[in-house]
Amino acid sequence: MMRWFRGEGASQAASATAPGQAPPVMRHSAGLLEFMRRMDGADKLCVLDLGQTSPVNISCLTERGARVYNEDLLRAFEEKSYMVRQADGAEHFDLDAFFAENFAYTEGQLDAILFWDIAGYLPEPVVKPIVERIHKMLKPGGAILALFHTRDAGPDAPYFRYNIRQNDTLELIQGPNFRLKRVFNTRHVENLFRDFASIKFFLGRDHIREVLVVR
Amino acid sequence: MWKSRPDEKPASTTPAQPSLTSSPVPAPAVPVKENIKSDPFRADVAHIGKSVLIKGHLSGSEDLYVDGEVEGTIELREHSLVIGPNGRIRANIVARELVLHGKVEGNVQAGERVELKKSSTLMGDVSTLRIVIEDGAFFKGAIDIPKETRIEARKAINAHVGGASSVTVTTQPAFAEQK
Repeated sequence: MMRWFRGEGASQAASATAPGQAPPVMRHSAGLLEFMRRMDGADKLCVLDLGQTSPVNISCLTERGARVYNEDLLRAFEEKSYMVRQADGAEHFDLDAFFAENFAYTEGQLDAILFWDIAGYLPEPVVKPIVERIHKMLKPGGAILALFHTRDAGPDAPYFRYNIRQNDTLELIQGPNFRLKRVFNTRHVENLFRDFASIKFFLGRDHIREVLVVR
Repeated sequence: MWKSRPDEKPASTTPAQPSLTSSPVPAPAVPVKENIKSDPFRADVAHIGKSVLIKGHLSGSEDLYVDGEVEGTIELREHSLVIGPNGRIRANIVARELVLHGKVEGNVQAGERVELKKSSTLMGDVSTLRIVIEDGAFFKGAIDIPKETRIEARKAINAHVGGASSVTVTTQPAFAEQK
């Protein structure tokens, strides 16, 4: 699985499915288990999924009585760059324009956020502002499940989206083709979430670090 | 006596598929080749073509197929709304069911179900009993599914989409079934 996740073993995948696309992979997730435990017993939770629209995740969360919000950030950036050229010719990221169209949530509105691994795929200037905004959007005690790649396997490494198949199991489905822009080490992650109350790391054997962050 | 009246629409023998192009296209590439439950050219379905732009309040007491643009509100209450691949809606929608191939910006309240086809984009909040989302559909907003369960209806929906590349999101604990 680890090899598949990093784009190795593609030939094995190709024999089992359509050319160029690996079959879904199941992955144990201790971070997800902890995340779901925090949701147990609570009703009418507001959960934001920042990954690609996933019927499986929506199903899983609505069955628990949660109100599900979906915001496919990577696709939003794919469709609009938000980069503007200044008078001196330099380009900068237009945060105001971005937040005018995204993350329209009130303060303390959300109970939980599925952040997945998008931090590594987002344009670097926007990562910290997004985390700061998330800090405001989350209720005190609210949780974030984030994943971080511990190494960049290069341009051919596939991007996977995540479906919650069981409380402790994620299904990884390949595509679309986003390029990993940045690898976060432990210190980067701690700095990124330094305003939060706690950070818990779950190390995997597949070059993915799971992080449960609590506000 | 058997001649059809000139104002009658010819009874089309082809399935109702709003054409995206005049040139022949291989079947799998055309999204509207799918089995659209609500046939837009049925006699009892009102049709708004792709060149039509409506601004204001749109309401009715029959099923409606929209392939054009609507800005305002759409209220069909006990009837179905199908938005074709060219449909561009900037409106809050109230209907019994919504099948979306095109784009909607606005909140959707559907008494029975919402079906998002793979070519669809929905930006707004959804409140419905059942929602079917095909892989590739883009959704941005919130989904509220009331706790009420209607198992039989749900089974029917599941059977309807069986075999398609879609997943039914219902109040049924599919999650629990996998345990």
